[in-house]
Amino acid sequence: MIRLERLTKSFGATVAVDHVDMEVPAGEVCVLLGPSGCGKTTTMKMINRLIAPTSGKILIDGRDTAGQDDVTLRRSIGYVIQQIGLFPNKTIEDNICVVPDLLGWDRRRSRARAGELLSLVNLEPATFLKRYPKELSGGQQQRVGVVRALAADPPVLLMDEPFGAIDPINREVIQDEFMKLQAALKKTVVFVSHDIDEAVKMASRIAIFRDGRLIQYAKPDDVLAHPVDSFVADFVGADRTLKRLRLVKVADAMMSEPPRVTAEDTLERAVALMEEHGHVSIVMVGPRGRARGVVRLDLARGRRGTVGENHEPLPGIVAVTDDLRKAVAMMFQHDQTWLACVDDEGFYKGYITQRGITHLLGATYGKS
Amino acid sequence: METLAFMVANWSVILARTLEHLSLVGASIAIAICTAVPIGIAITPNPRAANAVLYAASIMITVPSIALFGLLIPVLSLIGQGIGYLPALVALVLYAQLPIIRNTYAAITNVEPALREAARGMGMTTFQRLREVEIPIALPVIVSGVRNAVVLNIAVAAIATYIGAGGLGTFISRGISQTDVRQLLTGAFSVSVLAIAADLALLGAQRLLTSPGLRT
Repeated sequence: MIRLERLTKSFGATVAVDHVDMEVPAGEVCVLLGPSGCGKTTTMKMINRLIAPTSGKILIDGRDTAGQDDVTLRRSIGYVIQQIGLFPNKTIEDNICVVPDLLGWDRRRSRARAGELLSLVNLEPATFLKRYPKELSGGQQQRVGVVRALAADPPVLLMDEPFGAIDPINREVIQDEFMKLQAALKKTVVFVSHDIDEAVKMASRIAIFRDGRLIQYAKPDDVLAHPVDSFVADFVGADRTLKRLRLVKVADAMMSEPPRVTAEDTLERAVALMEEHGHVSIVMVGPRGRARGVVRLDLARGRRGTVGENHEPLPGIVAVTDDLRKAVAMMFQHDQTWLACVDDEGFYKGYITQRGITHLLGATYGKS
Repeated sequence: METLAFMVANWSVILARTLEHLSLVGASIAIAICTAVPIGIAITPNPRAANAVLYAASIMITVPSIALFGLLIPVLSLIGQGIGYLPALVALVLYAQLPIIRNTYAAITNVEPALREAARGMGMTTFQRLREVEIPIALPVIVSGVRNAVVLNIAVAAIATYIGAGGLGTFISRGISQTDVRQLLTGAFSVSVLAIAADLALLGAQRLLTSPGLRT
């Protein structure tokens, strides 16, 4: 856990960070967000004392960092920077082992760990350990930059716009990889960004800075749904509601326990079920409950036969673990107002509608 | 042809002179590295001090060598070493400062700030940062400063014969005073070969000392 207490930094007459109070619970990713010059980077650099605070305190797991030796403190905190900063004169292996070497770890142990860490970010150790940074692409270099920070297994990780210099496609991939890593390692992460999309994706909590002050500190969905003032609202963007789509899972927005029919059912039964629920279509499932197709009310009404003979293919399927962004994208893509939702194994779990999504997002605003 | 015959007949003297020359240059460069590299590193955090030091070293290198030897004679006479090996050595050490200080300073200041920040952020001390990152990265440029200094000093050492420091310059000075073309050419040729050979040898050393990750 990291706690900042009335943390202040002034450079001459300018106050870069102004009485910031905040607490990052252990295992969470806190994204410091704001326009350039808002004090977010200065705040982060005070945590490992690359910048000495003017006043105020920083406590890591209850210990005041001011009382510790700077060098010792920094070795216990992972540090990733935007420019990556791999040492060009060292191999990838030696780069990863910088902090373990400083800490005097046994060489065999640290080199073994370098290999393990590389495979965590999908870089083949046998291929990459003995290479030099210049032989790697930017994305590969930053993967090494991230695992280098993790090498000595520090509880706290500071990341200064780590993915800012990486092309957009690679950025998404490396962000996903990092989130997977973080889910397993549960580090306490302070992450500086100026990209609201990145913040929404990565953060457990977002801290929004302006002119050195902490304006809002809340969960991403709260920041998007209830920005405290017009600055935050402008900063998160007019399309903030769309950004929330990423934060809500299909499972939370779908209607579960939906009516369903099987191939052997008659069309009369399908029509009766649809009328009972007020639906215009119904999903046909296989013998064990996998979504197989759909029957539409306007085609089924007044006809005879079984569902199996009259079904159409499903227009769109979305996984319950997907986020609403994907669901909405799929609706637009297939020109549908609803989608069938299935679990990992393809079992039919529910359906999601445009109205349902609109209602869910609107309901949060209603509260404020 | 005559010159060649002279060289063959006197090869042992030429070898002895070459060794004298090399020992003078070698000792001066060894001392100069020990002073100039630390100075070059020490002035990096302070641009004003850096300018002052580089300026002083440039003035030093502008003084003609024969004049510098002349200036050193009264000074070193105080300890009874007005002529001979010591003043030659002192002059050469002074001449070697500028190329080495300048290259060390430029190389260290050119290390990417991001690398310095990464090194600090990971908990390296200033000394560790120099040893692990800055010096290895700066090394090719520092060695190239040393090469400049070596070539310069081989040339200057040839003049040191006039204050009795020996070396290959002896052939040249005698060649002139005795109007003996053979000696003159022998001296000129040997000094040139020595300079080229030393430069090539250091080029090899420079390649060896450069991390494979820095080679282009």
